Amino acid sequence: MSRFSKASLSGALVLAFATLAGGTALADGKYSGVGRPATRAEIHAWDIDVRPDFKGLRPGSGSVDQGQEVWEAKCASCHGSFGESNEVHTPLIGGTTKDDIKTGHVLSLVKGDAPQRSAIMKVATVSTLFDYINRAMPLTAPKSLSNDEVYGLVAYLLNLAEIVPADFVLNEKNIAEAQARMPNRNGMSTDHGMWPGAPASKGGIGNGGKPDVKNTACMSNCKTEVKVASLLPVYAETAHGNLAEQNRAVGPVRGKDTSGKAVTVAAAPAPLSENAAAAKLANDSGCMACHGVANKIVGPGYNEVVAKYKGQADAEAKLVAKVKAGGQGVWGAIPMPPQGHLKDGDIRSLVKWILSGAKAQ
Amino acid sequence: MADQPTQRGRVRPAPENFLTETDILAVKEGRRDFLRNALLTASATLAGGTAARAADGDPNILTLPAWTTSLGQPVAARPYGLPSQYEKGLQRRESPGLTRMPQVSVSFAPLQGLFGIITPSGLHFERHHQGWVDIDPSKHRLMVHGTDDGFLKQPKVYTVDDILRLPPVSRMHFIECGANTGMEWGNVAVPTVQYSHGMLSCSEFTGVPLRLILEDCGIDWKKAKYVLAEGADGSSMTRTIPIELVQSDEVLVAYGQNGEMLRPENGYPLRLVVPGVQGVSWVKWLRRIEVGDKPWATKDEAIHYIDLMPDGQHRQYTSVQECKSVITTPSGGQILLDKGFYNISGLAWSGRGKIKRVDVSTDGGINWRPARIEGPVNSKCLTRFNIDWVWDGKPAILQSRAMDETGYVQPGYGQLRAVRGSKSIYHNNAIQSWKVTEGGEVSNVQVL
Repeated sequence: MSRFSKASLSGALVLAFATLAGGTALADGKYSGVGRPATRAEIHAWDIDVRPDFKGLRPGSGSVDQGQEVWEAKCASCHGSFGESNEVHTPLIGGTTKDDIKTGHVLSLVKGDAPQRSAIMKVATVSTLFDYINRAMPLTAPKSLSNDEVYGLVAYLLNLAEIVPADFVLNEKNIAEAQARMPNRNGMSTDHGMWPGAPASKGGIGNGGKPDVKNTACMSNCKTEVKVASLLPVYAETAHGNLAEQNRAVGPVRGKDTSGKAVTVAAAPAPLSENAAAAKLANDSGCMACHGVANKIVGPGYNEVVAKYKGQADAEAKLVAKVKAGGQGVWGAIPMPPQGHLKDGDIRSLVKWILSGAKAQ
Repeated sequence: MADQPTQRGRVRPAPENFLTETDILAVKEGRRDFLRNALLTASATLAGGTAARAADGDPNILTLPAWTTSLGQPVAARPYGLPSQYEKGLQRRESPGLTRMPQVSVSFAPLQGLFGIITPSGLHFERHHQGWVDIDPSKHRLMVHGTDDGFLKQPKVYTVDDILRLPPVSRMHFIECGANTGMEWGNVAVPTVQYSHGMLSCSEFTGVPLRLILEDCGIDWKKAKYVLAEGADGSSMTRTIPIELVQSDEVLVAYGQNGEMLRPENGYPLRLVVPGVQGVSWVKWLRRIEVGDKPWATKDEAIHYIDLMPDGQHRQYTSVQECKSVITTPSGGQILLDKGFYNISGLAWSGRGKIKRVDVSTDGGINWRPARIEGPVNSKCLTRFNIDWVWDGKPAILQSRAMDETGYVQPGYGQLRAVRGSKSIYHNNAIQSWKVTEGGEVSNVQVL
C-alpha cells in the first residue's frame, strides 16, 4: 500500500487548508510540519468520557421505562432481564440493600459473605456506568446507543438496585442525586503504595509508594518447618489439556502426560475431521459467543436453526446470505451483526455444519 | 514425523512424552530404575531390531540422517519465518473456564519454555476487552487535547506518518497484567507456570516519549495532573495515567515491538507503554490522549482492576506491579528426567526499578542461595536468573525470592494474605513454590 495514496493525500491537504483558512496557524515549533490542529468537531466526536464530577456529561434524559425498553431489546440477552445476568456474563445488579444506600458501604463486602460481587456492589461512581455503557455497549455494536438511551439504561439499572424510584427520569442535573445514593460510594480506598504518581499529600493519589507487605531476605534457618498450605486439586491438573504437549520435547525436563491415555511415541496430531474443523472455525470466529449448539444464548441455538429450516431446499443459500449481511426479526429483536470479516468459503462450511447438526466430531 | 529423532544424544536415551499415569505411579512407588527401563524398551522397539548397535554407538551418529545427506529448502521459502515444527508445544493458551467469551479473555505466554528475557512477539500474552482488531494505519489518528482549553496551547491530531517522523527511543520493559497469578490468591488452582504467571511478557518497544508529544501541543505542566489514554477498538478502553510518569519520559507512544511493528493483538499501529504499571494501562490501538486535572474512574478503574481488602474496601488506582519472581524451569507440570545436575532458571521483575538480587531455595524456604543474575539488568524489565542444582532424587520444594533496587523483598503467601486477604484478585506477587517428588514430578504448591 502506498503511503501517499491519492485519496488520503488530497484528504489531508483539504483538511489542512480548511484549518488554515479557519484562521488557526499550524504550530511551527521544534517538530515543524508534524501533526496538525484538531478541530472542535473532531474533539467533540471522540471526547466522550465522563468524570466522577460529571465533567464531560452531555445533557439529555431517559426514564426508567424508556431504559427498560432498550434493555429488553439490546442488553437483556446477555445481562438478564433484571441485570441478574445469565450464563453469558456475571451479574450487574444484586447484593446491595437499602441500608447500603444509606451508609454508602456494601455490608456484604465487609462481612465477606457475598457469593459473588455484582457490578453495583463494587462501583462507587455512577459516572462510570454512564461512560462505559456509552462507549462500549452493546458488546457487538459499541457506540450505537443514543445519548438519551444511555440515560434511560442507567436509570433502569439504578431502579433495579432500588437507588431511584420507578418513575425516575435521569438527566444531567439530577444524576448527582443518584450519585449520593450509590450503595458503595464510600467503598473505595486510595490509601496504598501502588500509584506511580504524586501522593495524596501533594494533590495526587495514595501514600507515595510505601509498600504494605514486608519480607526480609533471610538466608539460612529461616524457619523450622515447611508448611504446605495448598496442593494442586486433581481436577485442575487435567483441566488444562495434556501438559506433555505444552512443553518442549527436548531439554532437561518433559511435560507430564495428563491426557489419561498411554502415548507411546509423540505422534503427529491427526488432521481435524470436517465437523471438528467447522466447530473450531465457529469457535474462532466468535459464533459460539451468541449461539449454543443445543441452546439459545443471545441468538438461536443451532438445533433451533436446524428445526426452522428443515426441508427447505434453499436453506443453505438463505443462511449464507444472512450470516454475511446480518439479519433481524426472525428470532426476535436482537440483530445478528453482519459477519463480513469471514471468507465466503468459511461461511458456507459453517452453514453446512450447522444444518448437518453441528456435531463436534 | 518419520524423520524425527527417536533418541537423544546420549547412548542412554532419555524419555519422550510418554509417561502415563501408571508409569508415574510406578515411579512414585520407588521404582527408580523404571524410567530407564521403560525407555530402553521403547527405543529398542522403535529402532526396529537395531538394539545391537548400542555397542557401536548412537545410530544418530553412525547412520547419517536425511538432513545431512540431502538438499535443504530454498531461501524465502517462508517469507515470514516460523518456528521449527518441533516447537509446536509452546503456544499461548487460554485457561478453560476463566472467562465467558473468547473476545473478552486472556491467553497466557508459555513461560515454561522461553529463554532469556525477550518474549517472541507471536507468544506475547493477550488480554482483549472487546476482541482484537487489525487497524489500517493510514486511517488511524492520535488526537491530543485537554479537558478544557487551558491544558494545551494547541490540541492536535497526528497520523501514524507523523508519529514515525518524531525522534524515537527503544527500551526493554516487562508488561504484566494486574490479574496475573490472580487465580492463586486463595489456593493452588492451575497446573503450570504458563497459567500461573503467563500474563507476563517483555519486549523491546520503540516509540516516542509522550512528554515530547504533549510539549509539541504546548502543555501547561503546572495545570496538568493526569492524562487519560483511550483505545480505538470497540471497547475504547480508558485508563488514567499520572502526569509525573509522563514527565519522567518513561511513558511512550510505541509502534515498534522487537524490531518490527506492533502485532495487531498488541495494539498495532500505536499503543501506550507505561513501564512498571499493570498491562491494562498500556492502552492498545491508542487513538486519544486527554490532559486533565482529576482521575476519571473509568470502568477498568472503578469496577474491574480494583483490589478487595479484608475490611470490605476496594483499593482503587492500584497500578504499580511490585517486585516478583518465578522459577520457569523446572516448574509445575514438568518431570525431571533423572537425578543429577540441573540449571534452575527463572524470571524476576519490579515495577519500581531494577532487580538487585534473587535468592533460590530448594528446601521450601528454610535456606536460600543467591542466584546468578544474567545481564542486561534494565529498569522495569524482566531479568533472568540461573542457579546450579544437583538433584539427589529426594523430594524438594523450589522457590525464588526477588529483591529490587528499593530494597523491597518479594513476600511469601502468609505475609501477603495477612495484609490483603485472599479476595483481592489483583496484584498477587507472592513467592511461588514448585514441589518436586521422588519421581521427578514437579507440581504447584503453596507454602506459608
